[in-house]
Amino acid sequence: MVTKDLTVSLCGLQLANPVVPASGTFGFGLELADSFDLNVLGGISLKGTTREARFGNPTPRIAECTAGMINSVGLQNPGIEVLVTEKAPALRKVYRGAIIANISGFSIEEYAYNCGRADACPDIDIIEVNVSCPNVHAGGMAFGTDPASAASVTKAVREVVRNKPVFIKLSPNVTDIVSIAKACEDAGADGITLINTLLGMRIDIRKRKPVIANKMGGFSGPAVFPLALRMVYQVAHACSIPVMGCGGVRRAEDVIEMMMAGATAVQVGAENLRNPMACPEIVAALPALMDSLGINSLQEIIGTV
Amino acid sequence: MQKRIFHIESNDAVARDTFRIVLRTDGPVAVRSGQFVDLDIPGYYLRRPISVSDALPDGVVLYYKVVGEGTRVLSTMSPGSSTELLCSSVYDRGAFPPDPLRREAPNPTRHSPAPTGESLTGLGNGFHPEQCAAEALLIGGGLGAAPLYLLAKELLAAGRKATAVLGFNKADEICLVDELKALGVPVHIATMDGSVGTKGFVTDAIAAAKPAFDRFYTCGPLPMMKAVCAALSAPGEVSLEERMGCGAGFCYGCTVQTASGPRRVCADGPVFDKEEVLW
Repeated sequence: MVTKDLTVSLCGLQLANPVVPASGTFGFGLELADSFDLNVLGGISLKGTTREARFGNPTPRIAECTAGMINSVGLQNPGIEVLVTEKAPALRKVYRGAIIANISGFSIEEYAYNCGRADACPDIDIIEVNVSCPNVHAGGMAFGTDPASAASVTKAVREVVRNKPVFIKLSPNVTDIVSIAKACEDAGADGITLINTLLGMRIDIRKRKPVIANKMGGFSGPAVFPLALRMVYQVAHACSIPVMGCGGVRRAEDVIEMMMAGATAVQVGAENLRNPMACPEIVAALPALMDSLGINSLQEIIGTV
Repeated sequence: MQKRIFHIESNDAVARDTFRIVLRTDGPVAVRSGQFVDLDIPGYYLRRPISVSDALPDGVVLYYKVVGEGTRVLSTMSPGSSTELLCSSVYDRGAFPPDPLRREAPNPTRHSPAPTGESLTGLGNGFHPEQCAAEALLIGGGLGAAPLYLLAKELLAAGRKATAVLGFNKADEICLVDELKALGVPVHIATMDGSVGTKGFVTDAIAAAKPAFDRFYTCGPLPMMKAVCAALSAPGEVSLEERMGCGAGFCYGCTVQTASGPRRVCADGPVFDKEEVLW
C-alpha cells in the first residue's frame, strides 16, 4: 500500500483524518470504545449538551424511512457540568483526536454560559454550537433559521470563548443557507458545520397516527446526501472559514465528494446507527480509494470543484 | 459490539404471521435469555432488534412477526442466504487479553471466525434466572413467549422449576407451547376469544391455575405486563420493547424514564426489575 496523507488542518488543529462521527450518533464516544479503536477517528462530536440535564422527548423517537431515518431524541443529555467534568475527561483518557463539544441552548445567555464552560475544559478541542436542532420546541433550530439570530448567538459565544475554535452547526430547513453562514462568519465564527437534519414525518397508516411520538423529527441518512453536498458547496465557496460537511455520508467515496465540494472535515451521522463500524470502515477504505483517484493528500482536494 | 454474518438454516411459518428463523455463524455463540440481536434486512435502513428464543453452540433461534414491509422481506429470505447481525462479544479473559481498543486492528470489520477465547453474545442485559430461589413463573403475551423459552432452559439447567402462562389473541397465533412442554414446563394458555385455555388475559389464567412461584419473568405487550405486575406481589422482571436506532446504547433513541432515571432499553435493558418500570 502506498502511503497516503489523510491528515487535514482544521483551524490550526491537525486531524489524523477528516472523518468525524456527528453529534447525536456516537454518544459521548466511550459507548463505542469496546467496538473499535477510537483513535482511528479524526475527531468525535459529542452528544448535544444543554445547561440542565434533559430527558428528551417521549418514545417512539425513531422512524425508519427509505434510505434514511427520522429521530426525535430531543437533546437527551446529562447537562454541561457532567460533560465538562466527566464525559470529556473520560473520553480524553483513551482518545487522542479532536474532541468536539456540541452545545445547545434555549436562550442566547444559555448558549454563552455552556460554551464558556466548554471553553474552560482542557479536554475539549472544538466547540460546535448547535443552532439547528429540530426536536425541541423553543430554542434549537429557532436560532439558526435567520441570519440575525444566528449571528447573535455566534457573537455571544465568541465573546466568552477565548481558547477554542467555534463552529456553528446550521440547519438545512432554511431558504438561503449562504446568508446565514455568512452572518455567522461575520459575527466571528471560526467554522461552519452543516447540515443538521431535515424536519420530517412518517405516519403509521394502520394506526392512523404519526410514528414519532413528537409527530415530527429530524430526517437523515443517505437520502439527504445530495442536498447536504449542495449546501456544503454553496457555503464553502461563499465563506472563507472551514466547513465540516455532514449529511448522508456512508462511505469513503462520500467523504472525497464532500471534500471536493469544500469540506475540510466530514461528519458521519445516521450511518453509525445502522453500522457502528461505519467510521473505521471509511477510514480504512480511504487510502486505496485515494490511490485509485490519484490523490496523495486529502488536504489538497478541499474545495477543488 | 461487532457485526457478524449468519447463515439462514431455516425460516418457517409457525403460526399466523409468525416465523421461526434459525441462524448459524462461524464461531461460538453464548447468548443469555432476554438478550437480542439486531438483524440487517437488505434494502431497509435500520436493523431489526429481535429477542433470542434459543441459543445454539454456533447460532441463535429467533421468532418474529410480520408486521410491516421489512419483516415481510425477512419472511421471504431462504435457507442458504445470509444476513448480518449486530452482536456483543464475551471474552474468556484468561485466554484473550482485555485490550478493547486494539483488538479490532488492523481490519475493523471482521466477518471471519472470532479469535480464540471470544464468544459472540446478544445485545443488552438479559433475565436473571439465578435470582429465582426455587420456582419461576414465566408470563408471555404473543411473541413475548419467545425469550421465555431460553429462560426456561436456563432455569431448569440451574435446578429451578418453571411454569409458563402464555396469552394469545386467538388460537392461530399460539406458538412455543409444545416446545416449552417438551422441556417439562407446565404451560397454561389464555386466549382473548376463549378458543384455547382460559378465556381472557394471562392474569385470568394465573388466577385459575394458581401456580407456585417465588419470582416471575414477563415479556409481552405493555398493558399485559402492567396488569401482571399489579396482580403479582412476588419479585419480577419485565422485558421492555421500544423502537430502536442503533440498538447498542449510543443514539439514545429508545430511552425510557424509570425509577432510577432515564435508561436505554437497548443497553441498560431490555430487562428491568418490575420496580424500575414507571407504568
